[in-house]
Amino acid sequence: MSKPSRAMAILKDGLWTNNVTLSQKLALCPLLAVTSTATNGLGMGIATTAVLVMTNVAISLVRGVITPQVRIPAFILVIAGIVTLVDMAINAYAHELYKVLGLFIPLIVTNCVILGRAEAFASRNGPAYSAADGLGMGMGFTAALTGIGAIREVLGSGTLFANASLMLGAPMAFLETTVISDYKGFLLMILPPGGFLVLGFALAAKRIFDTRASRRAAAAVATEPASACH
Amino acid sequence: MANYRTTPWFQGVLLGGFCLVASVALAYGTKLTAPAIESAAKADLTASLNQVIPASKRANDMTADTVTLDTPGGKTIVYRARSGKKVDAVAYRVVGKGYGGDIVIVMGVDRSGEILGVRVVQHSETPGLGDKIDARKTDWVHGFDKLSRANTPDAKWAVKKDGGRFDQFSGATITPRAVVKAVKEGLELFEANRAQMLGAEADDPPAASVPDPAAAPKSERSVS
Repeated sequence: MSKPSRAMAILKDGLWTNNVTLSQKLALCPLLAVTSTATNGLGMGIATTAVLVMTNVAISLVRGVITPQVRIPAFILVIAGIVTLVDMAINAYAHELYKVLGLFIPLIVTNCVILGRAEAFASRNGPAYSAADGLGMGMGFTAALTGIGAIREVLGSGTLFANASLMLGAPMAFLETTVISDYKGFLLMILPPGGFLVLGFALAAKRIFDTRASRRAAAAVATEPASACH
Repeated sequence: MANYRTTPWFQGVLLGGFCLVASVALAYGTKLTAPAIESAAKADLTASLNQVIPASKRANDMTADTVTLDTPGGKTIVYRARSGKKVDAVAYRVVGKGYGGDIVIVMGVDRSGEILGVRVVQHSETPGLGDKIDARKTDWVHGFDKLSRANTPDAKWAVKKDGGRFDQFSGATITPRAVVKAVKEGLELFEANRAQMLGAEADDPPAASVPDPAAAPKSERSVS
């Protein structure tokens, strides 16, 4: 496979086929904790993506040095070190962002996706592909977090991207919309059980979509056997 | 040749080497970011103090003009605002026990014991319910402005459900109740420690003896 197409395949894998949340069903703890609004989901997703790209590259660079016996503690050390440095850097140089994301950043260390990608991908591939994998997986995670956050927010409080300007800066204020005006609120959706409910429906929806797609693909192969041979 | 990589001592040295590199990176990172983090924390403090004390009452650096009180819950740092020589207002932190843990509140009180402003600076109340105490979400917290123990009887320092004057939120009564209680205790703290908070000039000089410089030009007709 040529280099660009392999990178595209890696990105697609992360975004849809092997999506962290919807296919691998990893990182559900931060998912349930932060997706009470779309804004929080987006913030956590962006922070995780940034860390994932960095840890993937770092681990890919040292993959020749680490022996299989000590790889897990070494990976955790690299990940925890990078997350702590990112935490300090954001606190020092992007303090407004830190006030909103500050709570989530230490949580990233415990996110099993980071270690999972280090083990499954970065320790076996070069830095460029590892960066692409981190980006794809991170964007897939961000999309899932933002989507589930948006559903919970609309159902729970009738708004979308509330307080986006506090986190992303004043230019992003246009994202803030009130979907249902004068909405009384549906508390269950904002509380953790709402996260489980929406996640369940999202997983089911992806399953249905994937099943239909594979059935359609199978039907296409059955009707046109000649083209499938090439 | 590559066999040494499987020996236990090599694993130990390798892991130790990683720890060393990570420690150096973290120590260097801490050193590099410490001044910026400290100044950001100070800016946060100044910003929260500025929200509860109007600009007309503070000409000094409040973060440098402090008194520390020994209170039952630990130490309370009182930040003092002066427009002239005497202390015009004080600001300090009070902590309420909310639904999701501590609610940290900064309140500003003027010399007479009247509230200038109250802000919730840190809380972990339920988003969408209890977080209406945050001034960025609703203006509930402005309901405390201008209140004092003198102009509001004790029984009114409660949410409406309990016969008081403050709104509760539907689905969240514990949170506003905790904030009201904490602010009331803050005013009691001010009353109990007034002399210490305001310093040597705690008692107002007779108003007539000090002519108000701002009033003088107004008495004459200005040419405009």
